[in-house]
Amino acid sequence: MDGTQDKLSVGAVTPSVARFDEPLKLRSGATLGGYELVYETYGTLNAGKSNAVLVCHALNAAHHVAGYYADDPDNVGWWDNMIGPGKPLDTTRFFVIGVNNLGGCFGSTGPRSVNPATGRVWGADFPVVTVEDWVASQARLADQLGIQRFAAVMGGSLGAMQALSWTIQYPERIGHALVIACAPNLSAQNIAFNEVARQAIITDPDFHAGHYYEHNTQPTRGLRVARMVGHITYLSDDEMASKFGRQLRNGKLNYTFDVEFEIESYLRHQGNKFSDYFDANTYLRITKALDYFDPAAEHGGNLSLALEPATASFLVISFTTDWRFSPERSREIIKALLDNRRDVTYAEIDAPHGHDAFLLDDARYHRLVAAYFDRISKDLGA
Amino acid sequence: MNTNAMQRADFAAIANWIKPDARVLDLGCGDGTLLRFLAEQRGGAGYGVEIDDDGILACVRNGVNVIQGDLERGLSGFADGSFDYVILSQTLQAVRSSERVVREMLRVGREGIVTFPNFGYWRNRLHVFRGRMPVSDNLPYQWFDTPNIHLCTITDFENFCREHGVRILERIVMRDGSAIGFLPNLFGSLAVYRFERA
Repeated sequence: MDGTQDKLSVGAVTPSVARFDEPLKLRSGATLGGYELVYETYGTLNAGKSNAVLVCHALNAAHHVAGYYADDPDNVGWWDNMIGPGKPLDTTRFFVIGVNNLGGCFGSTGPRSVNPATGRVWGADFPVVTVEDWVASQARLADQLGIQRFAAVMGGSLGAMQALSWTIQYPERIGHALVIACAPNLSAQNIAFNEVARQAIITDPDFHAGHYYEHNTQPTRGLRVARMVGHITYLSDDEMASKFGRQLRNGKLNYTFDVEFEIESYLRHQGNKFSDYFDANTYLRITKALDYFDPAAEHGGNLSLALEPATASFLVISFTTDWRFSPERSREIIKALLDNRRDVTYAEIDAPHGHDAFLLDDARYHRLVAAYFDRISKDLGA
Repeated sequence: MNTNAMQRADFAAIANWIKPDARVLDLGCGDGTLLRFLAEQRGGAGYGVEIDDDGILACVRNGVNVIQGDLERGLSGFADGSFDYVILSQTLQAVRSSERVVREMLRVGREGIVTFPNFGYWRNRLHVFRGRMPVSDNLPYQWFDTPNIHLCTITDFENFCREHGVRILERIVMRDGSAIGFLPNLFGSLAVYRFERA
């Protein structure tokens, strides 16, 4: 939908760029000399700078969270149904920040940027970044914007992992964490799907060991397959059955390997669309960040110990048909929060859409988030 | 005290039993009114368990902690002895496995508190004597739409406790918000118990 038609839209938005010259030490041991983060903001930061909410993105999204671009009104933010005046995260009360993570491909420093040390595009040499590195870089952005403490940090899926990590890395800088469709780490099955996606990219002859920019090409086929595999894990079996079932594209079987079933057409379309705008080196790094995320690991696998420093209040939401990060995974987080006597609300939304439900407009889900932000707003005295 | 709590005479009795700053788990907490009341009266960290979406939303609006879940499926998400009190307020009669729920309450909590409508109350007996199922303020449903599938009397509950290794620590039987001392199984409409593992 064209963003200008939505009465509750934040309207036309413009991204900004923040420059950081102080080197950032990464989890991997590597150091990034300097970097840029591209971000958007909606709403107004109050005088006390207490009403800021950071929205963290998941695998394929970026800083364009809400609103649209004046010169491209069809380019609507990825969580526009959640954020805007009168929407669950109400921009008349909160100052909302969306940021493209480090290593991304939408303007922040990443594999497509120039490595100042060599004068060449980073490509495969861009370091592997983790959830913790992203959170550290987001904290520096907060410093630059004069925000000492976020009223809330919010995200779904990989974005939720960042919100969770915020409560551990910077407990004094976050009031509330909204942790949606999350898991405390990836299961073997989750990692397996990521590895298939990575192998699809890496074995594409156009990958050139990650230096494909120099060959003026990109591993489009690999990226396409990677996205197709990923997409299967975002939808529930039921949702796929009701959306596509065994429907045929042309009404009959052709006994060929062209598209025959609607689901094949859908996945190919998703793969094609994705490979047009996403960077393969970024995709590899983001799947690695997912695989590595495991705050309990350095506490002998004890998530309760890992969450001990957290002082935030939590809203944790899972979706019944999400088999990628199932409700059981959220309940592990709840158990750890209860062990630490943290304030927590946990809701299991009965939605048919699988993992992707966190992005969709579901009345019960949105009412709950709205009520939670009302509470935050009241606490702020806003 | 909010008006909702005024209507629930058992809330005040429960609040009187709970030590300040105790850890409380309220099973089937509904909109969180009891937890809010306890937080205001006694402080401490309270959590509710509720299955219903509207209940979860109301708890958020009431500013109380709530975990969505089905208490019939056990309290596996809660560690042994992690609460001072586990409360089951006017819900015992509506659960399928009353025995398992009471056992789980005493696994997770040091003490349990239950309240339930006393089926032995004389008005209920009169209904049955006249050949009808009772319908009253405490039992406002018809037989065909009632969630109350395990109604019991005070004597039934106390026998249950004896047979299941549950030691009753305190009991209040009420009618219209006042305690009943004389023939409570006949004159009391609402029973409130505090108990522990025997």
